[in-house]
Amino acid sequence: MIILSYVFQLNHLLKSGRATPRTDRQKMPVINIEDLTEKDKLKMEVDQLKKEVTLERMLVSKCCEEFRDYVEERSGEDPLVKGIPEDKNPFKELKGGCVIS
Amino acid sequence: MDQTFLVNVFGSCDRCFKQRALRPVFKKSEQLNYCSLCVEIMAADGLHENETLASLKSEAESLKGKLEEERAKLHDVELHQVAERVEALGQFVMKTRRTLKGHGNKVLCMDWCKDKRRLVSSSQDGKVIVWDSFTTNKEHAVTMPCTWVMACAYAPSGCAIACGGLDNKCSVYPLTFDKNENMAAKKKSVAMHTNYLSACSFTNSDMQILTASGDGTCALWDVESGQLLQSFHGHGADVLCLDLAPSETGNTFVSGGCDKKAMVWDMRSGQCVQAFETHESDINSVRYYPSGDAFASGSDDATCRLYDLRADREVAIYSKESIIFGASSVDFSLSGRLLFAGYNDYTINVWDVLKGSRVSILFGHENRVSTLRVSPDGTAFCSGSWDHTLRVWA
Repeated sequence: MIILSYVFQLNHLLKSGRATPRTDRQKMPVINIEDLTEKDKLKMEVDQLKKEVTLERMLVSKCCEEFRDYVEERSGEDPLVKGIPEDKNPFKELKGGCVIS
Repeated sequence: MDQTFLVNVFGSCDRCFKQRALRPVFKKSEQLNYCSLCVEIMAADGLHENETLASLKSEAESLKGKLEEERAKLHDVELHQVAERVEALGQFVMKTRRTLKGHGNKVLCMDWCKDKRRLVSSSQDGKVIVWDSFTTNKEHAVTMPCTWVMACAYAPSGCAIACGGLDNKCSVYPLTFDKNENMAAKKKSVAMHTNYLSACSFTNSDMQILTASGDGTCALWDVESGQLLQSFHGHGADVLCLDLAPSETGNTFVSGGCDKKAMVWDMRSGQCVQAFETHESDINSVRYYPSGDAFASGSDDATCRLYDLRADREVAIYSKESIIFGASSVDFSLSGRLLFAGYNDYTINVWDVLKGSRVSILFGHENRVSTLRVSPDGTAFCSGSWDHTLRVWA
């Protein structure tokens, strides 16, 4: 359904001459935002909003808890969080020779 | 129309072509002649057009209101409240370990290679350089035919780089170690947009590239043939950044633009799945959280925000009253505990993602920080700046 409506939209724009059909494989099917009228932009926005209102959502608290668990599991292994001993750090200071920086 | 000087011209109406008494109508300094019936019809159409516009606007507003309501219903707690019992982070001692000098002008973009050691950077002077960050040696350099190379990316195989900017194109250069070969000769033009290229990224393979452009669209291209595989329309202004979801979570990517919106797209259908409009200015950078269930954005409104995709809302704001300059680029540490953000006030702020507080502020650059990426294994991160240098911090 979603794909159909998108194709429909593209067809409408192609027919009204505001989008140029793909003649050269390399070019975009140009629906240039500057060529769209206010009405077209609004219509696209309204269609998009209608789809979004019907999305299934999760409770924020549940999502945040999952976040926290994810991070806690992994932050022990995170080199930037726990720090790396100087000798194991691949970016330790370059030794030998003259370092002029 | 001045009725007192109505001249009775008889002729063919420019709209219905019937032989009628005509009235002159001036449209953009061009004179057209319409019969009185057509004039009435056009006036009624114009009214209808305005009515439709107004009704669409009010429909959009009411839908937005409904969306807010739905999102608010699930907003029972803040992230930092859930994270209260998490141990606070210790003091951070991160310093510049390497300074990569060689660009002749502002560094605009950089990307790490999967080997965790090489990186590619591009600059305003048109040069794209591949560096070995351990030794600071330059391994490859190519001069693009345009200035302001705003986007560059390293291929997953490490055998090619992609870059583009004001030339409206994304070009792929295979990397060769043969000293006799001219890199520029093997260049392949992949993407063609109608405005500047602002961001590009290879997908999981060397074969496909995702691009974002100033023309308000994103597009997926096949590298070999240069064919457009999918285009993504929906932003109302320039798209400035994009990021692909981590591979385990599927075929989606997020983009941010000058219309203050961050949009999540399904790569196969070209449809926008979710959109978020809470920033107050252009979104300069978006980055997925390592788990793929959330993403962060950095904007000119001086804040960074975290959006949870399953709760479909913003769950955290990283801001301080003392920070008034825009954030140009953001990236997460390996575990997602830290958020690094480069700002236009020359600093890099390190945020605790869970608690929402700033952990550290890094000084060193002498001009705006324009790009920032954490290395693939999380051992370091690199920042590029308008001061012509790149710094690797660890």
